[in-house]
Amino acid sequence: MAIIPVTVERARLSRRARRFVQQLRHGDEVAHLITLLAAASIIVVTVMLVYQLYVNCDLPRHKFGLEFFMGRTWDPVSGDFGALPFIYGTLVSSALALLLAVPLGVGAAIFLSELAPPRISNYLTFVIELLAAIPSVIYGVVGIFILVPVLRSVVMPFLKHTLGFLPLFKGPIYGVSMLAGGVVLAVMIVPYIISVSREVLLAVPVEQREAALALGATKWESTWQVVVPFARVGIMASVFLALARALGETMAVTMVIGNDPKISASLFAPAYSIAAVIANEFTEATGNLYLQALIELGLVLFLVTILINGLARLVIIATTQKGAAQG
Amino acid sequence: MKLKTSITSIALGVVLAALGVCAFVESPSAAPAPAPASALLINGAGATFPYPIYSKWFDEYHKLHPDMQFNYQSIGSGGGIRQVIAGTVDFGATDGPMTDEQLGQAKTKILHFPTVMGAVVPTYNIPGVNQELNFTPEALAGIFLGKITKWNDPAIANLNKGINLPDTDIIVVHRSDGSGTTYIWVDYLSKVSEEWKSKVGKNTSVNWPVGIGGKGNEGVAGLVKQQPGALGYVELIYAIQNNMPYGKVRNSSGVFVKAGLASVTAAAAGAAKSMPDDFRVSITNAPGKTAYPISSFTWLLVPNKIDDPTKKKAIVDFLHWMLKDGQGLVETLNYAKLPKEVVLKETKAISQVN
Repeated sequence: MAIIPVTVERARLSRRARRFVQQLRHGDEVAHLITLLAAASIIVVTVMLVYQLYVNCDLPRHKFGLEFFMGRTWDPVSGDFGALPFIYGTLVSSALALLLAVPLGVGAAIFLSELAPPRISNYLTFVIELLAAIPSVIYGVVGIFILVPVLRSVVMPFLKHTLGFLPLFKGPIYGVSMLAGGVVLAVMIVPYIISVSREVLLAVPVEQREAALALGATKWESTWQVVVPFARVGIMASVFLALARALGETMAVTMVIGNDPKISASLFAPAYSIAAVIANEFTEATGNLYLQALIELGLVLFLVTILINGLARLVIIATTQKGAAQG
Repeated sequence: MKLKTSITSIALGVVLAALGVCAFVESPSAAPAPAPASALLINGAGATFPYPIYSKWFDEYHKLHPDMQFNYQSIGSGGGIRQVIAGTVDFGATDGPMTDEQLGQAKTKILHFPTVMGAVVPTYNIPGVNQELNFTPEALAGIFLGKITKWNDPAIANLNKGINLPDTDIIVVHRSDGSGTTYIWVDYLSKVSEEWKSKVGKNTSVNWPVGIGGKGNEGVAGLVKQQPGALGYVELIYAIQNNMPYGKVRNSSGVFVKAGLASVTAAAAGAAKSMPDDFRVSITNAPGKTAYPISSFTWLLVPNKIDDPTKKKAIVDFLHWMLKDGQGLVETLNYAKLPKEVVLKETKAISQVN
């Protein structure tokens, strides 16, 4: 009775071994291993990064606990650290950047993929990809020497004059400000939005356009009501990629944002971002609590990014389901 | 099939994690830059302020002693202190002396050797004012505390009779990055103002009551140049090299002194009499009629016990050379040299390295 299952098992094993060798010969198993290795390495790096950040901010985690997220003081002398002004600065400057960059980027992508003659489209795309490769310190220098003076002498007085009744545009004008940070970030992330959105729009099947045109739609109607909704998920992905870039951007932001950890409703007031304060203070951080508070800020930035990405996923899921139901 | 895949992935993950952890553990003692064969490599790290003179010294010293190569990384004073405590470098460098707590963390005793001096100057941009302004300690503290907010405030105007100061806001500009320059500036303010000492205090970064932050000397200089009504502080060398206007400051003897190499050296000479044996001294607000009050040493940090005898000899020889021939090179780079009294005292202290 007991013999039969064993032989069956053995036969199954040898069959499996033979199949394994066969697959090996075809390269399937090798490719599987190599790609798995590549994928696993990303997870391992991420896990190690979070682990190292977590264990290396032991002191402030115990001293401040959750208060760290709500604290508004950043005082290296007395050792009192709170992350709220930095979280605020990071989120608001990135949101401002998106507000400016999304209409511009998506508009440009629609023009390049749908309306522009192919040759012009190719030239422009090349220029846009060049923009994406410029180091951020260059954006910062341009920001401090050209953008900030223009903001201070032209844009901000104009905003104060026309929209000054809003709390957003009140207070003294320094030039370096939350607004300057948002504008520089917007310029930096626009190339990502254009580049990815254009690819996505180009990937929309021609039949979609032809069908719309056959039903009597104008060129714009077919673009706006058929092609863009079809590519919506991809366009959103481009926006989230740009947002991730904006949240972590350091050099260009710190050069124009004013570096003052205070929470102010006015976009004219200086602010501070998480990445900027880490870059600014890490090298000269004496004392363990101070250093570890900066490391904890790194962890906070990581959490903020995860939260935002999670929200982004939810938005994509919600909108695609809605799209499917309508279709 | 599915089971097999997941087992492979777990196994792979474990191997990768192990590899990664190994790499991480080893990383702090990463291999130093390759030296020419036979040359003895001495690694140091720390302050950025003295980097130009240090790299000149190490270069000159290497020409005299081709068998010795100093490798100095200007990673900042905080990093220099941490690495010398951890023993991952042969020497460190800092713009602010180590605290007792930090000295206690090190396995061996760490010695401080002043090398050169620097100063920090108030720089400003007031439309229509080209003259050199005078500042008192009270005026500077008042401005940085946010109590004096207008350029024509009597606290400033009375010091600068004959200069037509405008009725505009003073926009305070400070460093946003942690730096020795900030340390010297706030160390001075802490000495001259009780209120600053209790409210703000001193460190490489502080919780500024007012103002906007610029990254580095160039960031502060850029903001001051662009912003009418701005007042900031930069290193003396930076102000000289970039032809920036900077004011005189009243010293502890009541004389308004303009920062310069001679007045900075005078500050160190004034402080030399009360110099402690470990050289951990702040020379801001130093006594002496010609002393510029916002001056400071910068230090090399050397462990008093160096196991490798060739390395020990190399470092000791370099310290002697630095105090003798090295001092002759500093003024070409706009650093102030050590006064005689300090050189003598340091020469004696070198014998503590063993």
